[in-house]
Amino acid sequence: MSESKRFFKALFKRKIVAVALFVILFFLFCAIAAPLVATHDPYYQDLYATFSNPSAEHWLGTDHLGRDVYSRIVYGARVAFLVGIFAVIISAVLGTLLGLTAGYFGGWVDSVIMRIVEAMMAIPPIVLALALVTIFGRSLPMLTVVLGISSVPAFARMMRGQVLTVRDLDYVAASRIRGNSDLVTMVKHVLPNCLSPMIIVMTQSIGGTILAESGLSFLGAGVLPPTASWGAMVNDGYTWLERCPVFALSPGVAVILLVLAFNIFGDGLRDALDPRLRGGR
Amino acid sequence: MGRFLLKRLFQTIIILIIISILAFSLIHIIPGDPVYAMLGTDITKEYHDQVYHSMGLDLPLVQQYFRWISNFVQGKMGYSYHFKEDVLTLVQRRLPPTLILGITSAIFSVVLGLLFGIITAVRRGKPIDSILTVLANIGIATPIFWLAVLLVFIFSINLKWLPSWGFTLPWVDFAKSMKQLIMPVICMSVGGIASYTRQTRSSMLEVIGQDYIRTARSKGLKESKVIMGHAVKNALIPILTLIGLTLRNSIGGSAIIERVFNISGMGSVMVEALGSRDYIALQSGIVFLALITCICNLLVDIAYAYADPRIRLD
Repeated sequence: MSESKRFFKALFKRKIVAVALFVILFFLFCAIAAPLVATHDPYYQDLYATFSNPSAEHWLGTDHLGRDVYSRIVYGARVAFLVGIFAVIISAVLGTLLGLTAGYFGGWVDSVIMRIVEAMMAIPPIVLALALVTIFGRSLPMLTVVLGISSVPAFARMMRGQVLTVRDLDYVAASRIRGNSDLVTMVKHVLPNCLSPMIIVMTQSIGGTILAESGLSFLGAGVLPPTASWGAMVNDGYTWLERCPVFALSPGVAVILLVLAFNIFGDGLRDALDPRLRGGR
Repeated sequence: MGRFLLKRLFQTIIILIIISILAFSLIHIIPGDPVYAMLGTDITKEYHDQVYHSMGLDLPLVQQYFRWISNFVQGKMGYSYHFKEDVLTLVQRRLPPTLILGITSAIFSVVLGLLFGIITAVRRGKPIDSILTVLANIGIATPIFWLAVLLVFIFSINLKWLPSWGFTLPWVDFAKSMKQLIMPVICMSVGGIASYTRQTRSSMLEVIGQDYIRTARSKGLKESKVIMGHAVKNALIPILTLIGLTLRNSIGGSAIIERVFNISGMGSVMVEALGSRDYIALQSGIVFLALITCICNLLVDIAYAYADPRIRLD
């Protein structure tokens, strides 16, 4: 059996992983084709039809400004995907640089980098993210960078641990003996052998990042209104919870579904990529 | 063991120094004049200069840092313009609710998470394993604020069983305090319980597959002894390192929960201070929260060294 065939067979061995992938693709489709999937303009305010109940016209009712809740949830998928994926890429790149350098060189370089990483970890992530938002301002790109920075520590530590396990292996020594520079050895021989855990952690982090984004938006530190974001919608809805519970509660269901799907898919990917687990369970 | 702990203590001090430098830099990284950012631009030039001088912003950076940190250690954290009180009194008043919420939910997270993790691993493949594992997956994916809103909707608005907001210290009015604590603590524990359940389960499964467990079984030990005496003890070692961060995560969650339930704790201080650019409260708040995490981590390291002879005897 070819390598890729074996990979896919392992990946979809559990049906739930295929379901998770389907959910992710479904939300991705909503994000990309939002104007087609949505039934209304997410920004159109109908002040005569505020807080309407779910109906054939408004599937999930309308919010306090008479905007269609279903359409806003569909558009909210855009923020979730953009922030979730790009923030994870940022933290993976920065975390890899730090972890690779710390693990490869060891000694005082390692100490300095790891102390900074641990200092970042000592601050609750949401407080760190809030502080960074205050510094950099509120916009979609900045929010992405901020969430990316606040999860750098996890990636740096994982990468460092990974590098430590391969650093002293023979092929790394061989590369050095051949006269390759540290940079070449690191990039060509150490890094590729740390990639598979990196991909696993990245997939598993997307869900957490989407959660963090919704938390920041809930606190009013996410993307600026009127852009639809799931966390901000729950925050808006909470004020009117008694009058219109669907408005406050439905965006959260979208968060749970997407985050759950990413987490399950990440676990499936881990089982498929980690040779120790392949065929084992 | 002594050397290990001494080394960790030294590292913790370094980490705290780095955090204090980061917190201190906050005020200088933010674009614009910090005094105007904090008090608004419609103050008089004289007042601006007076505040600017009182904050020591006209001194060289290094001197400013040492002035701030030596004042901080002496408890002179300055006056918060947003909260209109001394930062130390502010923290003294606002920290207890957050700590009570944080510590209670951290205990729930660890105890229930470990318990569920062990149950699911031992009963692997049985209905109880499937149910708890599915619940743990959902728990991790649930936004804490959404859960809070859902609970308020069910228990405050519909059933009218629990108050939807407020916080009372347990020693002031115990019954009222408990009623107000239930929902916030549930919200703050669910994520922790879920992730400990998952981590304990996979750590346990790894240990159960080891040779020494087979040896223990084959020498005829009772299954309960094998699990509690041999498996759990070893499975908990990797989990221990995570425990240090539990209180940190709870306190982070507190920032959101305090907002939903209208609790005046440290989390809402941070959110408000950031919103109103109250750098004086912010700097001290960050250092305080980090200090709590560092102390937890240090305690965990002591427990770790105690639990793992490889470290103790190193």
